[in-house]
Amino acid sequence: MPRTTTHLAEILKNHEGDLLKDWVSLQSSGLGRRASEHALRADSSEFLAAFKEAAQSAGSSSLQSENWRPVRDFLSNLSASRAKEGFSPSETANFIFSLKLPLFTRLRSEVGDSKILAEEIWSTTELLDELGLFTTEAYQKTREETIARQQQELLELSTPVVRLWENVLALPLIGTLDSGRTQVVMQNLLEAIVATRSDIAIIDITGVPTVDTLVAQHLLKTVAAARLMGADCIISGIRPQIAQTIIHLGVDLSEVITKATMADAFKVALERTGMSVVRTERRSGQ
Amino acid sequence: MDRIPILKMGEFLLVSIQVDMHDRLALALQDDLTEGIVKHRARGVMIDISALEMVDSFIGRMLSNIANMARLLDSHTVVVGMQPSVAITLVELGLPMRGIRTALDVEKGIALLRAATQGSSGDGIANN
Repeated sequence: MPRTTTHLAEILKNHEGDLLKDWVSLQSSGLGRRASEHALRADSSEFLAAFKEAAQSAGSSSLQSENWRPVRDFLSNLSASRAKEGFSPSETANFIFSLKLPLFTRLRSEVGDSKILAEEIWSTTELLDELGLFTTEAYQKTREETIARQQQELLELSTPVVRLWENVLALPLIGTLDSGRTQVVMQNLLEAIVATRSDIAIIDITGVPTVDTLVAQHLLKTVAAARLMGADCIISGIRPQIAQTIIHLGVDLSEVITKATMADAFKVALERTGMSVVRTERRSGQ
Repeated sequence: MDRIPILKMGEFLLVSIQVDMHDRLALALQDDLTEGIVKHRARGVMIDISALEMVDSFIGRMLSNIANMARLLDSHTVVVGMQPSVAITLVELGLPMRGIRTALDVEKGIALLRAATQGSSGDGIANN
């Protein structure tokens, strides 16, 4: 359906100042103190200018056309920054929807013929709805990007490989082990084994909240891969509850050395590498 | 036909796989290696796969076959120099190569073979 935006363009041109004033006051009453009046006014006037330009030149073309590009760009930037500042989706979309009331008031006073008015209001509503949806979509996209980035960061942050001693590595696992994380853990561990020429790796699962059959399988895979690289693994940090779960589930960990605490595992590792910790005479401190 | 060279190092044999393995090459290697173990009375076999970027189930099976054959001839096998990505692939394929000893590099492999052969050569008839 072709849009008849002639009136819209005219109103935007003639009443830009009034529109801006009404719109900003509507928005700030909706948002409370979250956004500063000043920033709101700047955003709004920038949008109105772009909107005016587009409504005049675009005529009946769709939102995807080149004429609307400045408006789209502005809206996606605005949504992105609002998503980062912690606005809710409806607050962000309201930026567009709150323009309806002042715009329709102007339309009603400008256009006399009720038939034309109805048509005009319909096309304007359609246009603004589309813009609102676009805003929400852009908002959502920013949020999704943030989530994806955080997932990636979590993945990298939570799998450190620590060198405890000559030829002894520790791998403190924190959080649930899914197959994606297991892959990263395995890769990090194997690379560290090569880099440090370690013989023993202690996998500490104190920070793993639950161990089900899948997590156990992932652990066993990691152990098997380390073994292929010529390093033995010790699993430590098995809490009483987890020991019970493992046995109830029927997971076979008999091929792996398991210890209750990291300290016990470290002792075994030292024995294996031919080291021992000896108590020396305590220095006579002052 | 090309063959994979087998080097003798004292009482151990060293095989370094540096080309893509295919059926015939694998069979030839098995032939040569079993004959070599008998001929040199080797106590240990070390297979270096550090040059392999990719290991499929075929090579995985070949390696465990060689290890089992060597065991029948009373020789220990150790696979050395596996790349991390290869280890992950083998585990994901469900081929953890049980029964094969592994070591990080040749140096550690020799230490492992020494330890293994010392443990088993103490019994029986003393050789002098």
